[in-house]
Amino acid sequence: MNDVQQRVAGALARIPYATFLGLRAEIKGDELTLTMPFGEHLIGNPMLPALHGGAVGALMELTALTQLAIASKSEKLPKTIDVGFDYLRSGRPKDTFARARVVKVGKRIANVQAEAWQSERGAPIAILHGHFLLADD
Amino acid sequence: MTDRQFSWFRDPSIMIANSQMSQDHPAHYGEGDDVVERIRTMMRFTPHGRALGLEVVGMDNGKVRGRAPYKPEMVGDPETGVIAGGVITTFLDQLCGMAAVLAMREPSVVATIDLRIDYMRPAEPGNDVLAEALCYKIGRNVAFVRAVAFEQSDENPIAHATATFAVNAPARRRASAAHE
Repeated sequence: MNDVQQRVAGALARIPYATFLGLRAEIKGDELTLTMPFGEHLIGNPMLPALHGGAVGALMELTALTQLAIASKSEKLPKTIDVGFDYLRSGRPKDTFARARVVKVGKRIANVQAEAWQSERGAPIAILHGHFLLADD
Repeated sequence: MTDRQFSWFRDPSIMIANSQMSQDHPAHYGEGDDVVERIRTMMRFTPHGRALGLEVVGMDNGKVRGRAPYKPEMVGDPETGVIAGGVITTFLDQLCGMAAVLAMREPSVVATIDLRIDYMRPAEPGNDVLAEALCYKIGRNVAFVRAVAFEQSDENPIAHATATFAVNAPARRRASAAHE
């Protein structure tokens, strides 16, 4: 486990809500992938069944925040200004993955996009675009 | 499903008049004396909502009111104890979806098309978050909803949300059958 991987894994482990979602981090180079393993407590509609859009949104938002912290070499997580979630497919009861792309980092505000997918990387179930206030270190 | 039937979203007094006139055949799922109990049943139906402890507080002028209790395991920033944005996302998505269902003639499953949340400030650590959602327009295919999250008053909001929901096929069929 490299330094960045260790720091990110440690930072996520300290966030109670990330533990509640069961998130796991993997980093290749400077690219983060978060995994949200399937759990019954993530279900929104038990009839379909489908994951709750809020849980998928939370996974993407935490991916965006953490990827931005890595990109801006900050120990602290940025703060969310606004987030837009587009839901493309219903989330099946299985593991969900997310990656984020930092589009632009300004002096105080950054623009980030993220995607969540399940069995096919090319068939995202949801996408996020958002603005984040960088943490003062 | 004509636009006129849903005009009570713009004028709450029409909603009251409608519900008094049509006690036997309520025009919307969001009417009747037992509406709060029915929304609570909808909320309990969702495992993720139960896990977060989301509750329905009541209905007021067509707005659905809910509560997300402060829980240590929902904290997103361990330094400040502020609740995670993801919890607010789930809460507002859930409440907006229920507001959409309550605007229908008969309940149906809705699917979020998009959800946008603006954060004015962090939630106060240790306090429950309240929210109100209003479906201000429902068509045969799409419901439009807005919501605001706050602790004490919506004049000091934590976040504003706007969302659109796809109205599912069974409801579309019912709506068009009623229209013909």
